[in-house]
Amino acid sequence: MTTAATTLGAGAAASEPVEPVEGPDRARSTAGATMTYREALRVTLAQELRRDPNVLLIGEEIGLFEGSYKITQGLLKEFGPKRIRDTPIAEEGFTGAAVGAAMLGLRPIVELMTINFSLLALDQIVNHAAKIYGMFGGQVSVPMVIRTPGGGGQQLGATHSQNVELYYSFVPGLKVVAPATPAEARGLLLASIRDDDPVLFLENLSLYNSKGEVDLAAPPLEIGRAAVVRPGRDLTVIAYSRMVSVALAAARHLAATEGADLEVVDLRSLRPLDRQTFVDSVRRTHAAVVLEDDWLTYGIGAEVAASIGEGAFDHLDAPVRRVAMAEVPLPYSKPLETAALPQMSDVVRAIKETLAATGFNRGGSVSHD
Amino acid sequence: MLLVRRFEERAGRAYTQALIGGYLHLNLGEEAFVVGAAAAMKPTDYLFTNYREHGFAIARGADLGRVMAELYGRADGLSKGWGGSMHMFDLEHRLMGGYGIVGGQLPLATGAALAIQYRGGSEAVVATMGDGATNIGAFHESLNIAALWNLPVVYLVDNNELGMGTSVERSSAQPDLHKRAAAYRMDSARVDGLDPEAVYQATRHALTRARAGRPFLLEVMTVRLKGHSVVDPAAYRTAEESAQALARDPLDRLARQLIVEGGASQDQLDLWERQAHDAVAQAEQFAKASPLPPVDALFDHTYATPVPNESRRLPGDPLFETPPEATCRRPNDLDEGGPAASSPYSLPQPVAA
Ligand SMILES: Cc1ncc(C[n+]2csc(CCOP(=O)(O)OP(=O)(O)O)c2C)c(N)n1
Ligand SMILES: [Mg+2]
Repeated sequence: MTTAATTLGAGAAASEPVEPVEGPDRARSTAGATMTYREALRVTLAQELRRDPNVLLIGEEIGLFEGSYKITQGLLKEFGPKRIRDTPIAEEGFTGAAVGAAMLGLRPIVELMTINFSLLALDQIVNHAAKIYGMFGGQVSVPMVIRTPGGGGQQLGATHSQNVELYYSFVPGLKVVAPATPAEARGLLLASIRDDDPVLFLENLSLYNSKGEVDLAAPPLEIGRAAVVRPGRDLTVIAYSRMVSVALAAARHLAATEGADLEVVDLRSLRPLDRQTFVDSVRRTHAAVVLEDDWLTYGIGAEVAASIGEGAFDHLDAPVRRVAMAEVPLPYSKPLETAALPQMSDVVRAIKETLAATGFNRGGSVSHD
Repeated sequence: MLLVRRFEERAGRAYTQALIGGYLHLNLGEEAFVVGAAAAMKPTDYLFTNYREHGFAIARGADLGRVMAELYGRADGLSKGWGGSMHMFDLEHRLMGGYGIVGGQLPLATGAALAIQYRGGSEAVVATMGDGATNIGAFHESLNIAALWNLPVVYLVDNNELGMGTSVERSSAQPDLHKRAAAYRMDSARVDGLDPEAVYQATRHALTRARAGRPFLLEVMTVRLKGHSVVDPAAYRTAEESAQALARDPLDRLARQLIVEGGASQDQLDLWERQAHDAVAQAEQFAKASPLPPVDALFDHTYATPVPNESRRLPGDPLFETPPEATCRRPNDLDEGGPAASSPYSLPQPVAA
C-alpha cells in the first residue's frame, strides 16, 4: 500500500496489513472453513472492525435490523452504534459524508442496500470520491469502500433489478471489484478495506447463499487481477460475479456432452481491468465468449471484446461472442423476466456456436498444439 | 377499508404460496389513511404514490381483478404485468404510478402540478410517501420548488412510525414531520390516520389550499400492523410494541364506531364482510385466469417512438448471423510464433488460479 497521500488523523498506521487479531473467528482461521458468501462478508467485516479502529460501517438498516440481507448480523451487538451506524434514507447524504470522513483518515464502509439506490449517491461517488485524490494533486486520498449488491431475476421490476456497476467501472479514480465466490468475497473485501482509494465492492443477491471454502488466514487478494479459475484448451469464457458460476456450470456441461475443454476467466476486478490475463488466455484457446448480467450495448463485455480484438485478433478462430441481457427495462412478470436475462441455455448456445465457427468437432481441422 | 384489508390479506397469502413474486408491501393498518385521502380527491386529480400502493389503486377505483392480476404478473394487470406490486399505473383513474425508489415520486408529482398550473387547470396532485422518505433529498428539493412556484400539490406523509426497522425518532432530527414544511414557508398539519373521516377532511382542506396555489404538507399518523414487507418478521419490534400496533387496528375501531355511534347491526357488518370476501375471491379468480404476457411482447415497451436499430436481441442471440462455415484465415505461422510484434500486450505471465 504505497500512496503519496497523507492519511490524516490517527489512522496512519492502521492501513498496514496485519494478521487478524484475536476474536471469535480466530479459532477457525488456521484451517479452511466452508461458509456462505454472506458469512464470508460478515466474518471479514468483523475481523477488520476488530483490527482497525478507523473502520466503521454506515448504511440503512445495518444495525438494529441487522442488514436487509443480513450481512451485518450481530455487528451492532459487538461493535456498538458508534461504529455500526444506521442512517436515514439519504444515500447521497451519507455516502458523501463517508467521503468526507475518509478524507480525514477514517475508513468508512458504506452499505448501499442495492446498487439501484447507489444512483442517488452517484454524484458523490463520481464527482467527489473518484476525483478528490487527483483534483487536489494527490494531497489526500479517499480510503472508503462502498458495498452493494446487484442482481436481477427476483421479480423486483425495472427499478430494482439493475447491474449498474458499469457506470462506476467507467470512472478513473474508482476501483471496482466483483467477487464471484466466498473466498473471493473475503480476499477482495480485505483488500478493499485496506486500500487507500475508494472501492466499489459489488456483491450479488443470488450469490449470498452460495457456499465455498474460505481460508480465514489468507492474505488479501490483489485488486486489479483476474484469475483463470478453470484451465482449458478450446475456448475462453470470461465472466464476473454471478456469471462465473454460470460459466463453470456451462464448462462442466459441455465437457460432458461435447468433450469441449473450456477455460474460464473470472475478472474479479472491473477497474482496473486485467486485460493481460484474458488476452493471454484467448491466445491459447483462440476463441472467446464473454458473459455479463447486464445490457449488451456499451457494456463491460464490450470492453472485454474490444480488448481481445486489439490484443488477440490474429489468434482468433471465431468472432468473439457476448451473452448479455436483452435491452429492455426488466419486466416483473416471470416469463418476460426469464426471457430477458441470460440463462444457462443462452451461454451453452453461444459457446457451441462459437466452437462450431472455430471448426471444433469437424474432424479436428483446427488444432493448435 | 374492509375491501382493502381483505385484498391485502389475500395478496399476502398468495405471496407466501409463491403465486406472487418480488417484494410485497401491504397497507395493513393504513386503510383509513388510504381510503380517507383517496375519497377527498376529485376523479380528475392525480395521485403519485410509492411501492405500498395496492390500497390506493383500489381506492382510486381501479378494477380489483386488474390490481390482483398485476401482482400475479398477468397480461390483464394494471401495468400489463410489467410493474408488479411496486409499480402499478392506471391512467384512467389518474393513478400516476407507484414508485419503488424511495422519494422518487416526489419530483414527478411536483412536475405534474407544474403541468396543471402551466395549462391553467383546476386539478391538483397528491403525492404520498412514507415517513422515511422525508429524509431523502428529493423531498426537500420538491417542497422548496412547489412552494416557490405556488404549485397545486399536496404532499401526504404516511407516518407509520417506521421505515423498515428504523423509527422516526432514529431517522428524523425533527420527528414532527409536518413541521418540516416551515423551512419552505409551506402550510402543514398533522392528522389522526386511524380515523377515515379526519383524514378525509384534512386532505380536502389541503387540496383546497393547493388548488389556490398553496402547496400543503399533511402528516397522517398511521400504524403498520405487520412487517415492512410480507417476508419481514419485524424482529426489531418488541412483543409489546407489536401488540400495541395490533391494538390500534383502524378497522376494529371503525367497526366499534359504526355499531355504537352509527347504530349499525352485526348483520350489516357481516354482509359487508361477505361482500368484501366475494369481491376479493373474484379478483383472485380473474388474476389466475388472465394469461401471462407473451414473451414476444418483451420489446413492446422500450420506446414510444419507433426507432431504427433498436436492439431486439435475446440474451443468447448473436449480433450478426454466424457464418455457416469456419472463417479462420489465421496464418499458420502464428500458431507457434507467439504474439505479433505490434501487440500492445507483453508476453504471457504466470497467472495464479
Ligand atoms: C432510494 C431508496 N433507498 C432505499 C430503498 C429501500 N427501501 C424500500 S422501502 C424503505 C423504507 C421506507 O420507509 P417509509 O418511507 O417510512 O415508508 P413505509 O415503507 O413505512 O411505507 C427502504 C429503505 C429504496 N427503495 N429506495
Ligand atoms: Mg414508514
